[in-house]
Parts: sequence; structure tokens; C-alpha cells
Amino acid sequence: MSLIENDAPALKSKTTKADIKRQSILLIIAGLYVIYGIVFYYLPLLGWIMAFQNYKPRDGLFGSEFVGLKWFKFLFEDKTFLRVLRNTLAMGVINLVATTITAIGFAILLSEVRNVLGKKIVQTISYLPHFLSWIVVTSIVRDAFATKGMINELLLNLHIIKTPISYFMETKYFWPIVAISNVWKETGWNAIIYLATITAIDPSLYEAAAMDGAGRWQKIKNITLPGIRSTIIILLIMNIGNVINAGFEIQYLLGLGVLLPVSQTIDIYVLNYGMSNFSLGTAAGIFKTFVSMILIFTFNYIAKKTGDERLF
Amino acid sequence: MFKKLTKTKMNGWDWAFVICNTIFLILFCAVTLYPVLNTLAYSFTDGSEAILKNIHLVPRKFTTAAYKKVFNMSGFRQGLIVTVSRTVLASFLSLGANALLAYIISRKNFIFKRSLSLFWVITMYASGGLIPSVLLMTKLGLTGTFWVYIFPGLVSAFNILVLRTYMSSLPDSYEESAQLDGAGHMTIFVRIISPLCKPVYATVFLFVAVWHWNSWFDAMIYNRLKSQNTTLQYELQKLLSSLTQLNPSADSSGKVTDMTTEIQVRAAATIATMLPIICLYPFLQRYFVTGLTIGGVKE
Repeated sequence: MSLIENDAPALKSKTTKADIKRQSILLIIAGLYVIYGIVFYYLPLLGWIMAFQNYKPRDGLFGSEFVGLKWFKFLFEDKTFLRVLRNTLAMGVINLVATTITAIGFAILLSEVRNVLGKKIVQTISYLPHFLSWIVVTSIVRDAFATKGMINELLLNLHIIKTPISYFMETKYFWPIVAISNVWKETGWNAIIYLATITAIDPSLYEAAAMDGAGRWQKIKNITLPGIRSTIIILLIMNIGNVINAGFEIQYLLGLGVLLPVSQTIDIYVLNYGMSNFSLGTAAGIFKTFVSMILIFTFNYIAKKTGDERLF
Repeated sequence: MFKKLTKTKMNGWDWAFVICNTIFLILFCAVTLYPVLNTLAYSFTDGSEAILKNIHLVPRKFTTAAYKKVFNMSGFRQGLIVTVSRTVLASFLSLGANALLAYIISRKNFIFKRSLSLFWVITMYASGGLIPSVLLMTKLGLTGTFWVYIFPGLVSAFNILVLRTYMSSLPDSYEESAQLDGAGHMTIFVRIISPLCKPVYATVFLFVAVWHWNSWFDAMIYNRLKSQNTTLQYELQKLLSSLTQLNPSADSSGKVTDMTTEIQVRAAATIATMLPIICLYPFLQRYFVTGLTIGGVKE
């Protein structure tokens, strides 16, 4: 996949004066879009100046005192920020790994189903949680993991635990709960692309393998997985930048009280401290964009070196 | 292909796999559906019953009292109106705006094709972050208004990419033959290309609609002080957190009567906010699966 379409040079040279005249209406409209883009997407980038200033609303963007990298230094000396950074990266990586593996696993298992109606029903059900808001999902998760909730009830009935666990009272359960919530919400949705890729694999490969006496597991290992390899890599590159965006909503809604030391992410930090100190909040925002760019380009580079799949 | 495969003999391992796989997928569906159905059951159960025994899938002493209570809350009703308005308005406006731009970028001989694409791809990766956006909305006078939900995000690079990829995959001959008949670009876009793009239009429409229906963060940031502009999810969040705060030990059976009604009201409000989207998505499924796979990664 490439983000910018490349045309053959031959096609480009075909643009004639008559074409351009016909395009005048498109050019005017495109110009309006560029104005919109500048206002809503590029003007905020100008706000990055604030990170290098002691921004005061009274003095404005160009009148505030310039302080260089002060706020970035502040961030890296701030224990809260370092802890928040750890939480963000940890939850980001755990979520990415967990949701990728479950989506691939679910797609493979579903692709093995021969019953068309059954497959359709399972798929439709699997999309459902994707459409629920995090407000609804956190409310469900809070109930499920409550002291008298269904998880404790189930574990008690199976005699795995003797007394109910207070999941929201101990910090060690929070990251797994976030991962489980993400898996519950997105597995079916993320599987859509993998399932489509598996369906597109040449069926004759499976037939040939069957003739050679390959079992189901061997077919999955030697045909299905290599067949979706490039999709996995591309989606990983696309999502790796989001590790730094580990989430805001579930942590903000669920990680309260004793959980604060493990639940706060960079976004919550920006919300808590940035709304009163614009310079600090902007510095944290720039840091986030920077890390996400580095991650994307690094993984794109590694993918380019090790194989032929890449995003750019 | 499928016929051939079923004809090949299944050995013991194959049967074991099929049975395990079926059981696993049924369990998967159960885990997905149970919390939602459980909430549904609670929302219809009479208050005094809910505390006596755990409710699982079937409501006991059926009542719609909780729903009446939820829809009588002024905040909830007001949030519903704002959310419905923004979802309907933004979905149509966004779809139109993104589709037109995607049409322009996908024209093979458009002179600024590459630079215009690049202009929008950059916005996907370089973002100003929360604070500059908040400042911009204040400067534009959008803070504290309904329009703060509509204008930012009206055009989004991701949706343009999805639409553009689909439009590029359409044969050029449609455009060429319409051109020969003297049709201008706007006519071609509205009459020729758009009808062919139904699947991808439905996909983008659904993406945008779901995003708007479920959003609450912008309501919290920009309209916290204007209660007539808050959204449904924000009101739901206020309801849920106020109830937990009222009764922090909601698990201990201390305040029996209060607690049962609280559980019911929470459940009813949750179900009421998720219902429209749940009713909508199964019918758009066919579209978003093709739209997502063609427009997304497969290129």
C-alpha cells in the first residue's frame, strides 16, 4: 500500500491545456479544501511554538518569552511524566500484541468454518463491541470485574479462587484489564482485514497441500500464515505509531483512586497539567508526535530491510 | 473449491478440530454477547428482585420503569437531541466533503494530484495535539457552541484515502464517455461516480456516524460549561459516575432499595445509548466489509 498514488509518467504528460480548463472548477474547490486544511490542521502546528515559550495568553503566540527547551527538560525530570510515559508504552505494547494475536487467531479459526450461515452469524456478533462507546464498555467492564461481578462468580464456581478478588483495588490487575477490554472490543473488527486476505489466498494451494497429505495445522502454518504475512506487517507498521497513543478513554474512566499510578497515560497528563500550563501541555504533545513518527519510520525501515513489505 | 474440500475424507483429527473450533467460536459469541444481554436483563428487572438473586439473561418481574426514569431526566433527553443532531448533520456533511475531495484527488490527470495528496497525508501524522487545538477552537469562537462538533474533523485524511482508493479502482471509461457527452466534473461526480461508490460511501458514513454517536471527550473539553450542548455519551458518563459516587460500596448490600434502582437506571441508560447503532450496523455490514478491505489495506 502506498499513501500517495504514483502514476506512470506517460499518464501525467497527457494533461493538456483543455484538461486544465475543464479542471478549473476542481481547482477552485481544491483551493477551498486547502484553506480548511490550513486552518484546522496546519494552524495548530503553529501552536508548537508555545512549547518553547513561557506562553501567556495575554502576550500571545509571538509576544511570549522564549525559553528554549525548558519544558522538555522539565518533562524528563518530572517523575510523574516518566511514570506516565512508562504506563503509556507498557499498555500500548501489551494492547498491540494482544489485539493483533487475537485478531489473527480469530480470523484463522473463522476461515476454517465451512458453514456459511454460521460463519456469518459469528462474524456479525463479533463486530458488535466495536460499535459501543468506551463509556458503555467501561461500565460493562466495571460490572464484570466487580467483587460480585461475573468474573468472580465464574472463578468461584470453577473453584479457581476461594474468595472474590477486588480487581480495582490492586494495581497489578489494571494493565491486563485494559488489554482484555481492548481484545473484547476490537477482535472481531480487526479480524475483518485478515479474514479478507485469507479468503483471497489461492485455493489451489490448499488442494495441492491436501494431495501431499498435509494436515490442517500444516496448511495453516505453511499456507495461511505466509499468505497473511504482508498484511500483518503493514498493519503492524501502521499501528506501531499508536503505541504512544495507548489510549485515553478507558484509563481516564476506569483507572481511578489507587490505580492512578499505573493508569495515567500521556493524554491524561496533558489534560491534567496542560490545560493550566499550555507550554507544558504542548511540549508533551510534540513529544508524542515525535515518538510516534520515529516508531513508524524505524519499523518501516526494519521491514524494508528484512522483507519487501513496507508502508512508504 | 468448497465442494472438493468437503469431499475429501475427514479423519479423526479433522473432526476433533471442527468440534473444538465450533465450541470455541460459540464461547467467543457468548463472551461477546453475555455482558450486553445481562445489562439488558437488568434494565427490565424490577428493583426489588435484582438484589435478591443475580440476574443473568432473563429479567425477573418485568418492568420498564427504569427506562421511563431515564427518559424523564432532562440531561439525558437534551443529550439525545444534541447527539442525534450532530450525528446526522456531521455524517452527511463529512461524507459529501470527503467524497468530493477524494474525487478530485483520484482524477488521473489532475495537475496538483500528488501535492494535494501529500498535503492531506501529512495531517495524518503531524498533529498539533490537544492544547493547540483547544486554543484554536477558542480563537475561532467555536468553544461553547454546537459547531465545535461539526467543523473540526469534517475532512479527514483517513476517510479520503479510503474513498480515493475505491474511486481509483473504477474504470476510467466511465469518466471518459461522460466527458464525450459534454458532462462537467461536478455532473460526473454526482451522477456517474457517486452511484458506483455506494459500498465505500456506506463505510465512511458508518465510520463517521459511530464516531459522532459515541463521542463525549469534545463535549467535556469544549461544552462542559454549556449544559445545553453536551452529548448523550457525556450525559451517560455523568449519570454513571454520579451513581457510583453516591454509593461507592455498590457491591455491599447496605442500601438495598437505592442500589437496585441505581443498577436498573444505569443498565437502562446504557442500553438506550447503544441501541440505535446496534440496530444500524448489521444492515451496513455487507458494505463496510467490502469498503474496508478494498479501500483500506489491499492496494
